[in-house]
Formats: sequence, C-alpha cells, structure tokens
Amino acid sequence: MTNHWVDLKNSDAILIAGSNAAENHPASMTWINKARDERGAKLIVVDPRFTRSAAKADIYLPLRSGTDIAFWGGLMKYVIDNNLYHEEYVVHFTNAATLINADFEDTEDGDLGLFSGFMDDDGDGYGSYDRKTWSYQTDADGNALRDETLQDPNCVFQLLKKHYQRYDLDMVAGVMGCSKAKLEEVYAAYAATGQPDKTGTIMYAMGQTQHTVGSQNVRCMAMVQLLLGNIGRPGGGVNALRGESNVQGSTDFALLAHLIPGYMAVPRAGDHPNLQAYIDVETPKTSYWSNKPKFLVSLLKAWWGEHATAENDFAYDYLPKVESAGNHYWISLFEAMHAGTIKGAWLLGQNPAVGGPNARFEKEALEQLDWIVIQEIFQTETVGFWREPGKDPLKIKTEMFVLPAADAMEKEGSIDTSGRLIQWRPKVAEAVGEALPDHDIIYLIGRKLKEMYEQDPGPYADPIKHLAWEYGGGPVHPVIGEMVDIEKVAVEVNGVAVEDVLDADGNVLAKKGDMLKTFGHLQADGKTACGNWIYVGYYYPMSDGEGNTLPASKRRGQKDPGGLGIYPYYAYSWPLNRRIIYNRASADSKGNPWPGGRELIWWDGAKWTGYDVPDFVVTKGPDQPGFNDPFIMQRDGKGGLFAAMVEGPFPTHYEPVESPTTNAFYPERNINPCVKVWRTKEGEDVGNTYGDPAKFPIVATTYRVVEHWQAGGMSRWLEWLVEAQPEMFVEMSEQLAAEKGIKAGDRLKVTSARGAIEAVAIVTKRFQPFTVNGKTVHQVGMPWHFGWGGGGPDEALGKGDTANHLTPHVGDANTTIPEYKAFLVNVEKA
Amino acid sequence: MTERYAMYIDASKCMGCRGCQVACKQWNDLQGFVPGVRETKNTGSYENPLSLDPQTWTRIKFSEYDNPDRFQWLFLKEGCMHCTDAACVDVCPTGALKHGPYGIVTFERDLCNGCGYCSQFCPFGIPKLEIINSVTGEAKSSKCVFCQDRTVNGLTPACVKTCPAAALEWGPRDAMVAKAELRVSELKAKLGFPEARVYGKTELGGLGRIYVLTAPASEYGLPENPRYPALGTVWQKILQPVGQIAFGAVIVGALGAFFVARRNVVMEEVE
Repeated sequence: MTNHWVDLKNSDAILIAGSNAAENHPASMTWINKARDERGAKLIVVDPRFTRSAAKADIYLPLRSGTDIAFWGGLMKYVIDNNLYHEEYVVHFTNAATLINADFEDTEDGDLGLFSGFMDDDGDGYGSYDRKTWSYQTDADGNALRDETLQDPNCVFQLLKKHYQRYDLDMVAGVMGCSKAKLEEVYAAYAATGQPDKTGTIMYAMGQTQHTVGSQNVRCMAMVQLLLGNIGRPGGGVNALRGESNVQGSTDFALLAHLIPGYMAVPRAGDHPNLQAYIDVETPKTSYWSNKPKFLVSLLKAWWGEHATAENDFAYDYLPKVESAGNHYWISLFEAMHAGTIKGAWLLGQNPAVGGPNARFEKEALEQLDWIVIQEIFQTETVGFWREPGKDPLKIKTEMFVLPAADAMEKEGSIDTSGRLIQWRPKVAEAVGEALPDHDIIYLIGRKLKEMYEQDPGPYADPIKHLAWEYGGGPVHPVIGEMVDIEKVAVEVNGVAVEDVLDADGNVLAKKGDMLKTFGHLQADGKTACGNWIYVGYYYPMSDGEGNTLPASKRRGQKDPGGLGIYPYYAYSWPLNRRIIYNRASADSKGNPWPGGRELIWWDGAKWTGYDVPDFVVTKGPDQPGFNDPFIMQRDGKGGLFAAMVEGPFPTHYEPVESPTTNAFYPERNINPCVKVWRTKEGEDVGNTYGDPAKFPIVATTYRVVEHWQAGGMSRWLEWLVEAQPEMFVEMSEQLAAEKGIKAGDRLKVTSARGAIEAVAIVTKRFQPFTVNGKTVHQVGMPWHFGWGGGGPDEALGKGDTANHLTPHVGDANTTIPEYKAFLVNVEKA
Repeated sequence: MTERYAMYIDASKCMGCRGCQVACKQWNDLQGFVPGVRETKNTGSYENPLSLDPQTWTRIKFSEYDNPDRFQWLFLKEGCMHCTDAACVDVCPTGALKHGPYGIVTFERDLCNGCGYCSQFCPFGIPKLEIINSVTGEAKSSKCVFCQDRTVNGLTPACVKTCPAAALEWGPRDAMVAKAELRVSELKAKLGFPEARVYGKTELGGLGRIYVLTAPASEYGLPENPRYPALGTVWQKILQPVGQIAFGAVIVGALGAFFVARRNVVMEEVE
C-alpha cells in the first residue's frame, strides 16, 4: 500500500475493485465503517459477483472477469472529458506535461492494438517491444521538455486522451457486460474525489493482479489516482490488500525471482558480470535510487561479512546470476521441473498441489523431481502428492523429506503488513513434537552446508564457506543444540556501522558497532552492513511516546498527533517510519496543505513538517529544484501517467487468454501480445491446452472465502471452519442454472481444457448474466481452497476437488502471475 | 447485575463472516465437523450448520432479498433471544431455565431432565435437545447463555469480543435500544434503507437481543410477530399449578391412606 489500513477512515470514497475486503480482510471494515459513519464516505464495489463486500456497499457494479482495463480506461476518459481531474496536482506532480518522442505511436495509430517498436521475430503473434520511441523529449542537458498548458499534441496528457478516446460508456459497458447507467453512477461517484478537498482510495487484490494484463491493471489504478490527485494524501493511495499477514515482508526480502532484498534487481549474467557493471546499469543519475550502490554494498557486507572487502568487490562475484529472471518465475520453474531440468525442490509453507495453476500439470511436474524437501505444518496435498488417488506411488521416484515447521504463534520475529507496518511479535506457544521455526531450519541447513564445504570444497566453495552465518546463541534445543538468536538477525537486517560512519565534516553519524538509525547513513565503501536498506531503523531503539525506549517495531505507542491514524509511535513502517509515502503530494505546489481538513505535512518556511515523516528532503524549499517532485523514486520525480511496462506505456484492453469473445477495441489483437503462452503437451489429458469458447462458453473465476485460508493448509484441518464451509462449490446465476436444469445443492461437473472437477451448485441472484458485445455471457465462480485431503491418518477434515485443475498455466507479461481470475469452463450435472 | 443487559446486533454492519459462530464454539468448547459424528454438507448455500444444535449455540443465516430497488444479501446472527416473557422459563418443570444476572435466560444443565418442553414452546425454536444416553434416552437442552461465565465477570460475550465488523455490542438494554433506533434512523435517512427497523424492542415483553435490520424480519427468517405460545399459557397458568396441586394431593392422599391403614392393622393385631 502507498497508504495504510487505518488511513481508510480518512477517505471520501472507497473503491473496492478486484478485492473483497469484507470477506478476506474483515478487520479493515472497522476503518471503512469509520469513513462512512464519520465522513459520509461512499463504498463502491466492482466485482463479477455480489460479494460480502458488495453486501455492505452503497453502489455495486458487476463486471465480467478480465475487463478491468476497459473499466479503468473508461473512468480516465470520463474524468478527462468532464474536467474532473485535479488540475494543479496533475500539472505539477505528474508527467502529464512531459513531451514524448514524436516517433511514438499509440495503439490508436498505425498498427491498431500495438504501440511503436513491436518485435515479433518468429511471426507467431507474440513478442516484445523496443522502447526507443517511448522516450521523453529532452533539452541539451537531458532534462525532459514539458508543456504545462497540457496542449502540445506530444504531451503525455494529450497522448493519454487519445489512447482512451474510444473507451466511452457504451463501448466499456459492452465489453464489461454491465449497465451503462450503473457504470456512469460509479464513475461520477468516484471521479468526485478529483476535487482538491476530496480524496478517494482504491483497494485491490488478486482480482486485479491475477490476469495476463495484471500489471497493467495496477498501472491503471495508479494513473486514475494521479489524475484525481489522490496519491500521497490521507484517504487516498493505491492500496493492495496483501493475501497473507507477511507476504509484504516476503516481497520486501525478495522472495521473488527478479529481485534481491530491498527491491533491487537480481544480478543478470549478461548485464551485470561484475559489481561495476551492476552499479552502472542499475543506478539512475537522479531520484533516491541514485544511492543504490550504498544499498547493494551494505547488503553484500551483511551476507559475507569480513570476506566482503573493497579488494574483492565486496564478494559480488559470490552472487549467483540469472540469464533472465523470467526463467525463474513460478510457471517457468514448474515448466522446468516438468521438463526434468530442475532436479530437486525445497518447498517452504506452500501447497502447489492445490494452489498452483493447471495443478494437474504441476503435480506431474513434482513427480519428475529426484527429491523434494517440504517444510510444512500439516499433511497437505503436496506432502502427500505421491499418494493421491489415481497415482501409483511405485512409479513416482521422488524422495520426500518432510520437515515439520512451527507456526506463526510458535516463533518470534517480525511481520510486515499490507500498509508497510513492521510489527515485532513474541512467541506465545510451543511448537509440537519436532516442529521448528523456519529460521532455525534454514540456519541449521546453512551451518551444515558450511561444514560440508569445509571438508569437501568442490569447484567453488567460497560463497558458502565465507557466508557470515553467526546467528546462534538462542535457546538450547535438547536434540539440535544451540538455536537462532533472532535478535542477531534483526540487528543485521536493521543495519550496523562496521566502522565509524562520518559526515562530510568528519562528525560521527554512527559509531562502529552501533545499529543504524536511517538508510541515509548507508555507505558504498564497506563501512556499513545492512540486510535490507528499506528496513533501516526498524530495530533501532526509539521512543514509544509514553516514556519507553525499545526497538522500533516492538513499540505499541497509542498517541496519534493530528488524529489521522498515523500512530507514529506504534511499531515502524518502512521507509523511515513514513506512513503515507509520496506525502509531499499532500501539499500543493506552494507547499501548503490541500484543502479538506486532512493536513499531513507542509512547508513552514524553513522545513517540511507535520504529522508524518516527510517523504522528501526536509530542507528542500520552493526556491530549490525538485520542490514539486514528490515521486522521489522516479528519475524525473513525477508521477508516471506514461510509464514503460513490457506491453506498453499505457494500459490497453486485451481479453484474457481464454475469452468468450473477441477484443472489441482491437479485434486483430485479442490478447496481450507480450504474454508467453506455454503449449507444453498441448492437446494431451495433462498439458497446456486452451479452451475453445464453443466447447467452454462460460467465464470462470476463482476466489477465497472468509472461512478458509489459501490452499487450505491452515483451515481445512480445523473442525469449526470445516463445519461452516465443508465442501467445494461453484456459484452461478439462476438463469444459467435454469438453462442447465441445475438446482441448488446438485452435484456438478465443471470442466475446462485442462481438467474436470466436481462441485456443489450454489444458485444465486448474486451472479447475473453479462451482455457482452450483444451476446449473453454467463460467469461462474469457485473457491480455490479445496484439495483431496493429503491421505494418511492426519489428512484434512475438509476435502473437495481442486479449482486449479481448471486454471491455465499462463501469466502476466511483466510478472507471470497466473491468470487464475478469468478462464473458460463448462458446467453440467454430474 | 440486576440491571438488564442486551446484545445489540447490527445486521447492516454484519458481514456474515462466522467469527461469532466460531468464537462461541471456542469459548464453550463445542464441536464442529467431526468425521462420522457431526458432518455438514453444502446444500447450496454458505449457511452451515443448517440449524442451531447442541453444539451450535449461534450461527449465521443467509438469505437473498430481491427487492427491485435494492438487492440485499442478508446475514442474521441467530441464537437465544433471552425474552422477557420467556416461555421456556415458564414451562421448565425443574427450574433449569431461569432469568439470571443481567436478565440472561440462564441454563443449569444439572437440573435439566431433558423433557424438551423448552424446545417445544420457544416461539423461535431455539433450545435444542441433545440425547446424551441413547439407551436410557437421557437428554439435555442447550442454548446460548450470553457467555454467563464471562459476563458476570465483567467481560462481553465471546461473539461480541470477536466481531471484526463491530456489529455487536453488549450493554445496558435501554442504551442498546437507543443505539439501535439511532442506527435505524441513519439507515433510512442517509444510507438508502427505507425498510430498516429495530427488532426486539417490545416483542415478547422485550428481547435480550436488539437487532437492527435493513429489511422486513421475514426476509431474515424471523417471525414478524413472535407470540407467547397459547399452549404455553395453558401449561403455565392452568395445568402446571393444577398438576402441582394434583401431585401434592396425591402425596397427601397416599400418606393419609398409609397412616389410616396402618392404624387399622395395628388395632386388629392387638385384639
């Protein structure tokens, strides 16, 4: 989130699109209800079906799964045509005024549906873009040319207007399948937050991201919020509802194929052969990222300690390098496993047998592995994948190692919430049997590897042998001995001064051995070590506002100066305890707060001050360059209305890979032209086959229910939850049920090109048929929590067929997040 | 604890999350899905279990209200209404059911003889009988008791504590009624729910649950006009007293007969 949970209470309009907050983040309703009760805020829900969130909303708009860009593009056109954008904000804080290369061609020019620079070497219709023509026009010094009247035909604002010129109400309603009147009602209600004294928030989750255009869906939300002047302000922002309590932490620490901790790029063999190459390629001249070398060198120093020195480029050569991050995303990994390229897998706390796309294919991939180590709490369907009914264990050669893991309550450490709030939590229960916390398991394996490499080095042992791995000193376990002292990990992540850190005048900023208070003190010369630059300060002793000083993320101070729900003494948010990022934008181009009574920070004549930590150089005044550049991580400091992504600088409506219709905007370009469409074993019973709408005419989506948790490991073993939601079901409209002779409670067969499952029919008014481009299109939805149980005496209480037997092994062009949310099925009585 | 307390239940805020259903089971040590013993099935709805039972003292009922002006998906937290005019208390022959602290209709399991009258006469069909010995037929009643062990110690019922929607509150009944009436006027005036209403203010002398509803009670599966059972009146006001008198008369008669007979016998023996 750019904002945070409590901040929802400051909003004038809350748009829930592609998420279901009441269902999956029920505690957030506390703050949404405050906004409604105390500010008269409107709650708007846009969703294929009438959800638990819709049940609490003021306005509900249905949309066919996979048509979000049509919805957002239509909103942008509505905002621009009706002059509802926040003009001063747009002119000064975004790149609306920036001039783009005159050779740039939009999807509305020339080759319809494509931007300039499309390269399709093998002529199969899919490819990538050369972004040369997507550049800014610059002066001789490299500064971007701008027209702040927003009239120049090459300025971003005019190009944006042209890009969405055909996204009018009729066109958009036709693509989404909804009523034009209801669409306009939603647009008017949300666009009202473009007034300078109003803010609106967008709450999104997998309903936006789990598409082949998922990244562009999120881009749309950012663009809408920039046009309406809602970023960096209380009650505004682009707010992702993260799906687990610490998945924000997991992305902070780069449990992602393309990153290393702190959102830096994973080293690539071709582009980053050595430290200097990495620094040259990855460090922009402007924006706060120009400090990247300090973050990287400090990270290397944390990992290899005394063995990372200026002489060996701080052990940069010890880092493994990828050929392309794209080879290591989830779908690619399972394709590689299936092909036998990957021999072993170490799975920590995940259940791909239930949660993976095209799960039958992924289970077949697991069977090809020589070995699997799985760290788990319950005997899930992945732990027992080899004994699933229909599989012959004698034919599966995979050696399974099951490491019982402690659960969240049984270990100490921090989590990072959706709102970037890092909270340290104590251990409150003992793990059962032999179960250990993940950090102990990883520590023990690392320690053992180092021992083994000492004895038997092999060709390149130094990266392992030289790892700084001194985390012991914790509780003594009767069997394994000394366990992790988690505080050592915390201190390393927070960052320490390896030597005295001095400022330009020789004053000591941080003494040798002390923790660092701010990432502003990080050095690129080896004087600092830091496990994650965005976390600096989180374990530093700070006041809780009530007389106690303790590690920042352990604080629970209750004071809230300003009453905006900032609670600066409660835990610690990255970066540097800023609660609303880009908060320079909460003040106008003169430095005065926008009207509306939610003053956050302002220029007081000498410095930036207020109720939040300024996300800005505190002393930068109106007479200095960059005073109106709130987006400090962008090279030009401006919010990117125009910003390069894999499939273009502006989001464009493309249909999902499996769609019941053609792209009404660009019939020759049905789907995202940059998506990798896997075709392994196409046409076979288990394989990457895509459905013909003639055979599979019904749009399907998958989602969560409040009673269950993800792939079911944490909920299908609990009797109270299973009682409440015992079986796999599929929800459909009364009209579709009537067509098929289906009654509520009937057992149904749901099929896709990749599998067939059974589910109980829920027949409801909460799904209504869509009229898409003149035709009736039905949609159904199902939860993805269920699995066959795992087998054995400790298998699940709650069992059911797996929705992911139906989903496709294809994902977003930028991130490859699977398209779980829009695919094709058929349904009939079983 | 002599002041009457009530549970405020705002169905307009309720999200049907079942937190209350689960918190109640956790606090009161009740069972959920137990293979071979208690298994629920999806019958075409999110609703489960399909009724209150000896292991389920509160649950959420789901219904869809297809009002053309505004479609609603309704969630109703069901449980003992803790009525002022509680038929179950009046018909209970053993005094297991009584009005207790805060006006809670309390239940003393040890006193219960499993007769089932409470179940029969409750206008809402709340108390559920559990057969605890299938050979003897011994049974016990069961229902929500507003977490008596928590509330008499100054805590709120477990469901109220857990509700993430802040849809529940536990407090003095007059205050809960006032809160409900304020919320209803807000729903009508500002939030587009012209059919909003309070349920529980005067029904059966006043219920211990004060509901804020956004639709007619019948749409939630609640009786629009719950009445004290006529048969219950007969039972309470006529038959039971007669029964007690009759029972007493039988004892007096039997004892009297015994003494009389005994005197006759002795006199004959002596002679």
